[in-house]
Amino acid sequence: MDLQNIFSEIEKKDPEIYERLDTRRNVMKQFGRVLAMSAVPFALGGMLKKAYGRTPADVLAVLNFALTLEYLEAEFYAQAITHTSLFPTAASLQAFTTIGTHETAHVAFLKSAITSASGTPVDKPTFDFTAGGTFSNVFTNYGTLLGVAQAFEDTGVRAYKGQAATLMENSTVLTAALQIHSIEARHAAHIRSMRRALTGDTKIKPWITGKYTDIAATQPVYNGEENEIQANVTITGIATQVTQDAATESFDEPLTKEAVLEIANLFIV
Amino acid sequence: MFTRKTHSETSNGLEDGIAMPNVHRRTFLKYAGMGAAVLSTGSVLSSCSSDDDNDGTGVSLGSGDTAVLNYAFALEQLEAAFYTQVILTPYTGISDEEMSFLTDIRNHEIAHREFFRKALSTSAIQDLQVDFSSIDFTSRDKVLAAAQTFEDLGVSAYNGAGKYITTPAYLGLAGKIVSVEARHAAYIRDLVSAGSFSSNADSNGLDAAKTPADVFAAAGVYIKTKINTNTLPK
Repeated sequence: MDLQNIFSEIEKKDPEIYERLDTRRNVMKQFGRVLAMSAVPFALGGMLKKAYGRTPADVLAVLNFALTLEYLEAEFYAQAITHTSLFPTAASLQAFTTIGTHETAHVAFLKSAITSASGTPVDKPTFDFTAGGTFSNVFTNYGTLLGVAQAFEDTGVRAYKGQAATLMENSTVLTAALQIHSIEARHAAHIRSMRRALTGDTKIKPWITGKYTDIAATQPVYNGEENEIQANVTITGIATQVTQDAATESFDEPLTKEAVLEIANLFIV
Repeated sequence: MFTRKTHSETSNGLEDGIAMPNVHRRTFLKYAGMGAAVLSTGSVLSSCSSDDDNDGTGVSLGSGDTAVLNYAFALEQLEAAFYTQVILTPYTGISDEEMSFLTDIRNHEIAHREFFRKALSTSAIQDLQVDFSSIDFTSRDKVLAAAQTFEDLGVSAYNGAGKYITTPAYLGLAGKIVSVEARHAAYIRDLVSAGSFSSNADSNGLDAAKTPADVFAAAGVYIKTKINTNTLPK
């Protein structure tokens, strides 16, 4: 996506967009031509607010919900990588560092998006990554560390997915949320591969089979993933290759905000 | 696009979805003549920006949400055909786990393809003719490089198309599929280069989002059937 396309699309829908955007039409045109979207997160959001009156509160609410989850993830990886001796290989530490860098970037990106839409980013909560003792050795046991990481990533994927429809209000925000969503899925796949290698549990794959988890405490993260019916179409057996496992693996399922917060709140003091 | 939607089209909600269970698979008759007419071999769809139209001939994707879903159906056809070939003629030195996971991926892509075929019902486009002659299926490097291209492209296509979808249930379905494509992409990337699962993210930690024109420009070389992309929302 680039801004020039966005502006030309808006202009098609609303030929007076530049007039609405005050007297800065030439600046605007120039702006669209030269700046990459990635360099200016949601600068556009602020302009549209001027153009159309307001950014819907529900979009802001979703952004703050997402920010809370990204705070959780970013803080988790930031703390994890300080325990360098916990990681058995340089590659495993590097993976956590890479993922942590993305989560920290997501935090900054979302805060900027919220601010530019005249919202107020929520404060970072205080976290307890042991979840009140359930994962008491999270930063002393590599297996537990990976288990919690997997739960966070798979939850993140489901959380963004659950909010997509609300973001239809604002296609710029929707696209950005989708772009975060698929990165979380990439993280999840990699962490799951790390756990497959560590545990030797061949039921752990980069994708989610049924509602399977080898960690009972993380079951709420996976409940519902066993769904085999999409838009009234039964996926199992839709072709000879599509077993029940394949049917559930081939579609990830959303979680409601409430279900996600129930999981996240276990880690929030 | 940026104005508040009335969401009047959502009243049916997910339950009614897009499927019409009592409608049989699309009738091949409807497309028999069209298929013969548009199979211009080797045509490469390409354009420089989303403002560039092709010449208006080729398989019609329909309009509105149907066009977006047919666009996804076309990409899933391409991916399913690719992995079907990979499993049919495994590359030299394929490991048991690679064979197992690539088979999983093939099955997922077939599930996606058949889902769209059923969901679109009589609006579904025909089966596309693919051209993988540029891919050496005996070479692990070549196959995985192509797989990475397809998976990253698929993710970026769904990410870029989400904003065109006007029916929330369809957006939800695209969301359910795109994260699975992203899982595939991460796995394939790690096979190509360990630890590269998400190294395509930009400085904001965002995955790619591509316009249909850019996606067809990249995928066109593998699709023989000419597709009319003019009716895709822009």
